[in-house]
Amino acid sequence: MIVLDHVSIEQDAFRMQDVCIEVPRGAYAVLMGATGSGKTTLLEVICGLRRPTAGRILLGGEDLTDATPAGRDVGYVPQDGALFKTMTVFEQLAFALMVRRENPEIIEARVIELAELLGIQHLLDRTPDGLSGGECQRVGLGRALSFRPRILLLDEPLCALDDETRSQIVDLLRQVREHTGVTTLHVTHNKSEADQLGTMGLRIENGCVLPLAM
Amino acid sequence: MSDVSRHNQREWRPPGHGGERAFLTIFGIILGTYALFILLLIGADLAYAGRGTPTQSGWPFAQAFLAAFRSPEIRSAMILTMVSCTITAILSTFIAIPSGYLLARYQFPGNRLIDALLDVPIVLPPLVVGLSLLILFQFLPPGLRGMVVYKRPAVILAQLAVACAFAVRIMRAAFDQTDRRCAEVAQTLGCSRWQAFRLVELPEAWPGVLTAVTIAWARALGEFGPLLIFAGATRNKTEVLSTTVFLELSIGDLSAAVTVSLIMVAAAVAVVIAARTWGSRTFKI
Repeated sequence: MIVLDHVSIEQDAFRMQDVCIEVPRGAYAVLMGATGSGKTTLLEVICGLRRPTAGRILLGGEDLTDATPAGRDVGYVPQDGALFKTMTVFEQLAFALMVRRENPEIIEARVIELAELLGIQHLLDRTPDGLSGGECQRVGLGRALSFRPRILLLDEPLCALDDETRSQIVDLLRQVREHTGVTTLHVTHNKSEADQLGTMGLRIENGCVLPLAM
Repeated sequence: MSDVSRHNQREWRPPGHGGERAFLTIFGIILGTYALFILLLIGADLAYAGRGTPTQSGWPFAQAFLAAFRSPEIRSAMILTMVSCTITAILSTFIAIPSGYLLARYQFPGNRLIDALLDVPIVLPPLVVGLSLLILFQFLPPGLRGMVVYKRPAVILAQLAVACAFAVRIMRAAFDQTDRRCAEVAQTLGCSRWQAFRLVELPEAWPGVLTAVTIAWARALGEFGPLLIFAGATRNKTEVLSTTVFLELSIGDLSAAVTVSLIMVAAAVAVVIAARTWGSRTFKI
């Protein structure tokens, strides 16, 4: 469950006041808004990369407003993936578990499980150089899901993909939702994407977050 | 070579129409002339050392080098050069990594001022750097002054004053070309700030680190003016290879000066090759 309780964000000229959001556990929320309306900023506040100037952030019922990004148990997939250039796909999927000092056998089993779910078994030895946009999104998604977070934040995962890859990733996101039941907040500016995936909708308008008719 | 510049290059094909041919010919002549000029500089040194003196027989080239290696003063200068350049390169990189990182990633108060200050050692006349070091130490306690000025630590400090500025510039460029968001994602995956830097950002900037080490080393090798003023040119004490060239010239031994110069050319070429091979592949300075 994601709760933003009267959150305000200020950065340079950008301002968002008194934002209240509640995404129930297991829901797939789609957040829409024009370019520059603060969608990415809102995701960064939820995963702890940016501090709100006021208000509280509750994740899974806990007040995590002051927690570090590492302590929030949130999987984050930024736009275009932001994959680690020096690591192979295997290492990217294993990264979060390696940082947690998991047993190597458990890590390997998890990487294989994720690679099968995402259809990237054949890419495990590759570095991000030369991966297609769709493949990068799959790897970024796998990396964010690897440590079984309770919340998943997706920043325009279908942006800049061709139609065929886009529909493949939409199917994949549906499959991930069914398979993991993770509470998801998906940022997009595409209405059809919102209709295809969302169980609830939100939109940002003039610095306010409002419900979106689905 | 950087990926960025490779991206902008295309395979060589003979120029097609007249306009393009003239354009490429003129640019080609300019590039070729400068490259030839550098080759001639090195070639002249080699020819001079190879010519030998009327008293030498056999292999004058090899004899000149053997004589240089046999000289205790030159040997001492060689050891001090290698040790001081290596220490300077390591210290410069150690300072350059956090400095370059902060300049590349954050806009903090005084950011522009510090950025401009970093250019000062690069653009100042070398003698002024040496003189400034000497004057600075006049304000420091006599005990510290006695330990550094005209002693071996002064060699490293004089080299560091200039080499470090280059290393910071390189590290800044290296971090500029890495994606800030990767470290942020690493933190959401469970990393502390330190782990995100060590496991993600530093490996991505690693070619830059290697370039910073090699360029700082090469700068330290070529340092002369600040050394002469701040560390002196005392044989067997603060003499490094660049001062050897000066000392040999001052006593009229041109052959020894050329031989030592060639040793420095060889060291510099080795460092440039290392920098090109390791460093500049994936980012642009």
